[in-house]
Amino acid sequence: MATHAGESLKETAVRVEGLHRSFSEAGGVLNGLDLTIEAGEFVALIGRSGSGKSTLLRALAGLDRAVAGSGVVEVPERVSVVFQDSRLLPWRRVLDNVILGLGGSDARTRGFEALSEVGLEGRDQAWPHHLSGGEQQRAALARSLVRDPQLLLADEPFGALDALTRIKMHKLLKKLYAAHNPAILLVTHDVDEAIALADRVIVLVDGVVGSDIRIDLGSKRSPGDPRFASLRAQLLAELGVVDSADSADSADSVEEEVA
Amino acid sequence: MATTAVEAPVVGVVSEKVTDERVVRRRLGPGPRIPGTLWIGPVLLLVLWIVASATGVLDPRTLSEPWVVVETAQRLIADGRLPEALATSAYRAALGLVIGVGVGLVLALVSGLSRVGEALIDGPVQVKRAIPSLALMPLLILWLGIGEPMKVITIALGVLIPIYIHTHNGLRGIDSRYAELAETVSLRRGAFVRHVVLPGATPGFLLGLRFAVLNALLSLVVVEQVNATSGIGHMITLASSYGQTEIIVVGLVVYALLGLVADGIVRFIERKALAWRRTLESH
Repeated sequence: MATHAGESLKETAVRVEGLHRSFSEAGGVLNGLDLTIEAGEFVALIGRSGSGKSTLLRALAGLDRAVAGSGVVEVPERVSVVFQDSRLLPWRRVLDNVILGLGGSDARTRGFEALSEVGLEGRDQAWPHHLSGGEQQRAALARSLVRDPQLLLADEPFGALDALTRIKMHKLLKKLYAAHNPAILLVTHDVDEAIALADRVIVLVDGVVGSDIRIDLGSKRSPGDPRFASLRAQLLAELGVVDSADSADSADSVEEEVA
Repeated sequence: MATTAVEAPVVGVVSEKVTDERVVRRRLGPGPRIPGTLWIGPVLLLVLWIVASATGVLDPRTLSEPWVVVETAQRLIADGRLPEALATSAYRAALGLVIGVGVGLVLALVSGLSRVGEALIDGPVQVKRAIPSLALMPLLILWLGIGEPMKVITIALGVLIPIYIHTHNGLRGIDSRYAELAETVSLRRGAFVRHVVLPGATPGFLLGLRFAVLNALLSLVVVEQVNATSGIGHMITLASSYGQTEIIVVGLVVYALLGLVADGIVRFIERKALAWRRTLESH
């Protein structure tokens, strides 16, 4: 299934140049951000609160028309969004939520396929509020995938889930990524999640790309791996958090610098 | 002075086996639905009436005995007067209800979905809301005469307001996150209305419908006592001139049944249409 992305690997899925966005006169949230994501590339976006992660994602999703700004944003034709909340319509059954807005006579068949792919076979006629938090997010993933996206935007999709469910969802997302190979931009505040899933981790600092780190750990990634640990330390340092108990002072100083 | 006896905790003793006989329901909810609750109150009142009449506490000139009312009802049914009057009244109320619901719903959608619509519609409807529909009757009689159009339109005007208010409220209360979702899955305007707006406004609309049904009956009663030549109201007015309390009571019972049946229908629709809702009512 992943072969169709083979020759398009060099294509660009997302091109952002000089992106400015501001919600007030005082200062911008995005300050001339440049970003390129290749087709089929999995990019994680991390950053402190207010660094502009969600603003960037919303700009790519075309959800920020009311926000002042400038810059170039190029995204593929088919873009899907997964939000932190599953955002299933409570008055539509799961299958109808998955195929919401989908045309064509095969919509239901594709909906069933997507549901079984995320492990929700047999739940197609359930009401969303009868699903657990993890199942709701699975349904939201199915709703995104059924549209065969070239770009999947995920805004802290697992942020509201418990730790065990989150691990299962990581596996699921990896599996779906391998099968469909869309470009993915995953906004997260979880450094481990970013390292475990992405090909590239981008740290957003004050509305621009602070650093852009390639993750070359292969497909088997374990937090016990020393390279994993050193990447984590590096990323946490970029975020202004020092990952060790004896350096509380330097953590404070970074805190002040950023503020 | 409160003496707090602090007893040493008993360690190592298996506590008595307590069978956990909990009633399975929400502690702070109203509890499980009891079948037939709608009828308990009315039946109790009926029993009271029978007892008061049988013991002579209630003078027949004030209120006829229940059995006389039943006999009268049988007679009125047999000679066709009651069915005819009921059909006329039910038709009036239904027609007014349908027109009022239709107009109220359309106004609420236009006003709820566009700012221009809101500017044009919301103000006048709020002004209309301040004037009781029944107060408009003299004007409507002048414009439309005392025939059916006046009656139906008076009923429709009384229905329109609660439908508009509650549907509009429901529309405005739809979570904007769903509008955002609709944008990300590229829903067109029509599909957005069908999948998000209408289902989201349904709880408000159905609440409005319950008020609307009661308003329709209220308006029905009033319009039928003004120059009516047919219908339940006419039957009652006529009986009033001849002092026939039993016919008046039959008319009132019919009104009550109309109200209960209509409300029951709306409740039924509500339960079916809002199956997706996890509310206190269903648990």
